[in-house]
Amino acid sequence: MAAITTVELILLTVVSAATPLLLAATGELVVEKSGILNLGVEGMMLVGAVSAFIAMLTTGSWALGIVAGAAAGVIMSMLFGVLTLFFLANQVASGLALTLFGIGISSLLGIPFIGLPIEKLPTLDIPVLGDIPILGPLLFEQDFLIYFSVFMVVAVNFFLFRSRAGLILRAVGESHDAAHSIGYSVIRIRFFAVMFGGAMAGLGGAFLSLSYTPMWVEQMTAGRGWIALALVVFATWKPGRVLIGAYLFGAVTIFQLHLQGFGVQIPGQVLSMLPYLVTILVLVLISRNASRVKLSAPACLGQIFHSNT
Amino acid sequence: MSSPLLELRGVTKAFPGVLANDSVDISIPEGQIHALLGENGAGKSTLVKIIYGYYAADEGDMYWMGNSVSVTSPAHARQIGIGMVFQHFSLFDALSVRDNIELAISSKAGGDGLSQKIHEVSNTYGLGLDPERDVFSLSVGERQRVEIVRCLLQSPKLLIMDEPTSVLTPQEADNLFKVLNQLAEEGCAILYISHKLEEIKELCHHATILRQGKVVAECDPTKESTRSLAEMMIGRSLDPPAYELKKTGATKFLVQNLSRIAEDERSISLKNINFDVREGEIFGIAGVAGNGQTELMEMLAGEVLADDNAAISINGVECGQRSIRERRELGAAIVPEERLGHGAVGSMSLIENVFLGGHQRFNLARRLWMNYSNARTFAQKTCDDFDVRHAGIHVDAGSLSGGNLQKFLIGREILQEPLVMLASQPTWGVDAGSQLAIHKALLDLAANGTAVLVISQDLDELLELCNRIAVMFAGSLSEPHPVSSLTAEKIGLLMGGAHPEAA
Repeated sequence: MAAITTVELILLTVVSAATPLLLAATGELVVEKSGILNLGVEGMMLVGAVSAFIAMLTTGSWALGIVAGAAAGVIMSMLFGVLTLFFLANQVASGLALTLFGIGISSLLGIPFIGLPIEKLPTLDIPVLGDIPILGPLLFEQDFLIYFSVFMVVAVNFFLFRSRAGLILRAVGESHDAAHSIGYSVIRIRFFAVMFGGAMAGLGGAFLSLSYTPMWVEQMTAGRGWIALALVVFATWKPGRVLIGAYLFGAVTIFQLHLQGFGVQIPGQVLSMLPYLVTILVLVLISRNASRVKLSAPACLGQIFHSNT
Repeated sequence: MSSPLLELRGVTKAFPGVLANDSVDISIPEGQIHALLGENGAGKSTLVKIIYGYYAADEGDMYWMGNSVSVTSPAHARQIGIGMVFQHFSLFDALSVRDNIELAISSKAGGDGLSQKIHEVSNTYGLGLDPERDVFSLSVGERQRVEIVRCLLQSPKLLIMDEPTSVLTPQEADNLFKVLNQLAEEGCAILYISHKLEEIKELCHHATILRQGKVVAECDPTKESTRSLAEMMIGRSLDPPAYELKKTGATKFLVQNLSRIAEDERSISLKNINFDVREGEIFGIAGVAGNGQTELMEMLAGEVLADDNAAISINGVECGQRSIRERRELGAAIVPEERLGHGAVGSMSLIENVFLGGHQRFNLARRLWMNYSNARTFAQKTCDDFDVRHAGIHVDAGSLSGGNLQKFLIGREILQEPLVMLASQPTWGVDAGSQLAIHKALLDLAANGTAVLVISQDLDELLELCNRIAVMFAGSLSEPHPVSSLTAEKIGLLMGGAHPEAA
């Protein structure tokens, strides 16, 4: 490979830092569009991370590792789905519990695997295109999950705003009573959305333990699940903006490291606060206009659905 | 004779504590406009929801075109040819008309030709609709058209309409009747629920009357009087309030040059509103919902303050910038449009709600403490004096039916002996018996010298109660007209924005 410049290196790490956020936030966006607020993203990511790591280490197959990460996320999310959709438990409390549960179970499962090394997820190089200076390695010499994360943004955008199924999903999030009255199975649609969110959060975790830092460390997500949640609001529930937001937040994370490296005296904690500050700012801005909030946020977000039958 | 389109035999449905439908039999032939009449809580909505597959009946059989069916879901109902237009629309605000319609029809019927089909159907029945507009930007009447077009696109054999005219102007209602008659002539049966007896006489071929979940009578409404229909509904004879024009005195409530800029595209700007309400007078504000009545009431009640303190005066005291509490202290009583949430806290008991609304004038607070026994006395008195049917004053306000809760709220305000009474939609969604009681209470209140303001969409109500009526349209208020110079048609034209000279 040709000599990699500092700029390229920084940009590459930005992409890596953004990808787990992007995966988890894209999943959560679909969940929230269906009217469910799952605060358990952090927990699902952790369980995804540890499961992916264990599968990769024991089987040696990165593909199995990725599948295991997604599957673990789905199982976690089904737990949440059963609680909130069938037993009508409060979504906020259930989501927080899911995160706490995820922290605990991932730590427990991961005890024998702490510090063990694995091979980093291989990059899938696209010939010729990869040789373009700067952009080549950035766009065409990445691993599967990075390509997949960008693909999913496009796919989700197309699904939500172009397909009939996506229209139904948005309708369920907009007014579950109206959707029920014209004959859609609110619970089933929401359950699938929740499972999709779980799979994507699991993949976000898998990326962390397989590619970003190829090892298992307790609580290695370090709050990324919460940033992903904030990103969905930041993006006002639009997939394209999730992509921009994730890369922006990824850049903030990386620049903070490099700034410290250059000896700039900004406390790291201040920079870590940035994503949340920006989210609060965005919330304030969109809340100023009542109709805009109404139009972008799913109207039934977080409300429990009683079918009355 | 061939079998009827729809026949119910012995349909029974119980909810915890109530028998909503008790062995109901109904038979509807093709092309009939069939009225379902009854007071609030008589079981009309439950019955149509069973027909539409929303609820499952506990007992009883349903026959569709002669065959026994059990409708398992609304989707199933639509599939066999039953459509329903809901009282509270089942539309998605943030989606376009086209998306809303697409959601409700089978996937095969959708696709690229859908906008075309929407145009065709809406033109055939004179229901103008733009498929690309977002639903939140439509008026209530237009939203109803979306619902109707949505049903018609599936060529139903039976169309259920749940109180369709409660939100329409008389002219819009006339248009709706034309559509329904046209449909009936084409062989579509219509099951029509309404409180408005006049329109049932005008429109319907047959009526089934429900009381406490049972069918108590069937009749041909064109051969009955509204009075006899109402008596069948409530099961006793009606005693309409004696109506006479009262002498009115000094101005107690004055609104001068009241304006308000709309915060966003969904609300209405108020333009320079002027009127006065005198002692002993009932002043009515008519208008189709969404022409600024909600915004006006918010300002009159003090939920939103005026820019100019002089814009509103109660008993000669300027209070445009004073709080709700100060306005109440000046003698105002307020019955807001939203019974739950604004008028009462649904999850609190009647006693607590009496305290919340009346502790200043009922003297229910002792320094920091609540005088619980006084509050209980007043809650009991409110319920007794205003015939609020309840399961005890300890029950949650939210468990009362619409009519009873409204009687409770109006009673709470009237017992405070206000100088000025501001009531918005006092009988909206309230059954005939409660409506009569509320009208009587308001008339008595005015007779005792209170200045009463009634904002309502129900023209018959305003014509019956008021001394003077003004009409709201697009945020402006017309000149007040003495009720003797008005007819429902004339107000209807004003409600559509016509100038009084043309009316």
